[in-house]
Amino acid sequence: MTMKPTTRGFLFLAFVLAVLPLALTNGYYYDLAIRMAINATIAVGLNLLIGYTGQISLGHAGFFGIGAYASAILTSRYGLPSGLALIIGAVATAGLAFAVARPILKLKGHYLAMATLGLGIILSMVVVNETDLTGGPDGMPVDAFSLFGMQIVGEQAWYVVVVLILLLVTRAALNLIDAPAGRALQAIHGAEIAARVAGVDTTSFKVRVFVLSAVVASVMGSVTAHYVGFLTPGVAGFFHSIELVTMVVLGGMASVFGSILGAVVLTLLPQLLSAFEGWETVVFGLILMLTMIFLPRGILPTLRLKFAGRAA
Amino acid sequence: MLSELLQFLFSGLTVGAMYALAAVGFSLIYSASGVINFAQGEFIMLGGMSAALLVQAGVPLPLAIALAVLVAAAAGLIVEKLAIEPAGNSEVVTLVIITIGASLTLRGLAEVFLGKGNHALPAFSGEDPLVIFGATLMPQSLWVMGVTLVVVLALGLFFGRTTLGKGVLATSCNKLAAQLVGINTRFILLLAFGLSAALGAVGGILVAPMTYTSYDVGIMMGLKGFVAAALGGLGSGFGAIVGGLLLGIVEAMTAGYISSAYKDAMPFVLILLILFFLPQGLFGKKATDRV
Repeated sequence: MTMKPTTRGFLFLAFVLAVLPLALTNGYYYDLAIRMAINATIAVGLNLLIGYTGQISLGHAGFFGIGAYASAILTSRYGLPSGLALIIGAVATAGLAFAVARPILKLKGHYLAMATLGLGIILSMVVVNETDLTGGPDGMPVDAFSLFGMQIVGEQAWYVVVVLILLLVTRAALNLIDAPAGRALQAIHGAEIAARVAGVDTTSFKVRVFVLSAVVASVMGSVTAHYVGFLTPGVAGFFHSIELVTMVVLGGMASVFGSILGAVVLTLLPQLLSAFEGWETVVFGLILMLTMIFLPRGILPTLRLKFAGRAA
Repeated sequence: MLSELLQFLFSGLTVGAMYALAAVGFSLIYSASGVINFAQGEFIMLGGMSAALLVQAGVPLPLAIALAVLVAAAAGLIVEKLAIEPAGNSEVVTLVIITIGASLTLRGLAEVFLGKGNHALPAFSGEDPLVIFGATLMPQSLWVMGVTLVVVLALGLFFGRTTLGKGVLATSCNKLAAQLVGINTRFILLLAFGLSAALGAVGGILVAPMTYTSYDVGIMMGLKGFVAAALGGLGSGFGAIVGGLLLGIVEAMTAGYISSAYKDAMPFVLILLILFFLPQGLFGKKATDRV
């Protein structure tokens, strides 16, 4: 029986994630792995928008922030159960994303970048300024996540949770891409007008993918809030949005596994760079530029081309 | 009442003039290459910071200003030569990330070599405010508006009257056709980066005596310059200037009448509203797609 390459890739991913704990010998490594999985999940969702549909978003940290702060505020200030708070955050994000999607996604290229950037910055300023609710620049503590009286405590439990979410979202993304809807999305990226002529309701597809990727970011925001236990406004900030987009582009646009790789690299990089005392920003910027200049398609697609070339 | 309004108008026009210079820089690079240069804000920072540090080191003010503009222009040329040119015809997102990388690198270098502290330039001609209808106007504001006006007029002459300026316009109109009539479009792109870096630096230097400058002021200034450029319609020089001034005024009015905490959010609210209703900005060309 022959397997589709994506199925093989998915099984490989699941295998790696299953045996990885053997290498995670202390809490620090677990923490790193959990952050990677969280970022990877967001990147996979965002890649559906950027890589497959060809629509850029410089404001996804804003949606992440909605989820994170919805969970933090609703659980600690209003005593709502954490599962419900997560859902409310996701629904609010979906509502906002849906409301702005139509006018925003009509825009092209840089105007789309501008609009999503503006939206993200407005959201992050609300977080900074509404001190009574969010704690402002000082941040706010978040309670542990509990469901039906059970709390998720400890790095190992969180690892299992985020890895399951990552696998779920990855599988869903792979299925979506292979489904007719996914073909339609790629047609939008290739030639939007041609897609419309061929009978694809391009606007409706773009709106749905935008909402989907925003909701993924929001849910991961909630997860992060509970996992870290403390929130500062930076999570909703412009730089976080840039990091998320960079994960997608660095790993490889229109490559689900590329996004995961991009998230791993970009989560690891600041840790490695802490050795360059004071020079972290410079080195980070240089790495960003050099990768994009020499691997404009992103890491994974470039590697794949190279190996395919050698095999032939 | 009137004096208050006038006061806000003055401060709006002053900040707006700087946004306008940044926006013209955005527009220039966008016209020449189709790239939005996210490093534009760092040129503003480099201008203000270099001038402030040179003055602190004892360099006379006019010389310090000239050197600071040169530093920023050199940074612009280097970014184009080493980062934009090698990337060639990459996708828009890729180019955007390259300019973000350049912006981080410049900011990081400023942090390492120029330090994390706040700096200020001395005002060009004293601190004695002028009083007009009860509103105070700092002499530095006149410098900002005056120099911006001169720069805009000079740019107008450059684009309207010189062969090189017309070459830039031709390149923005149609790169291939410009190449065919013998315009060196690679040089034009280099020129656009150098020029817009210099413009940003001029803006940064002009406002440095009024607002403190530090290694991280570039982000917000750059983003607002981008908003101003998009407001006026990307690629439209006139639009960029109007967009910049409008943005400054709206911001000052928000700070004065509504809430100073949300004054920085206002430009982004404004641009979202404009883009919702006028997807090409105020003065942008209506885009048509070839299929």
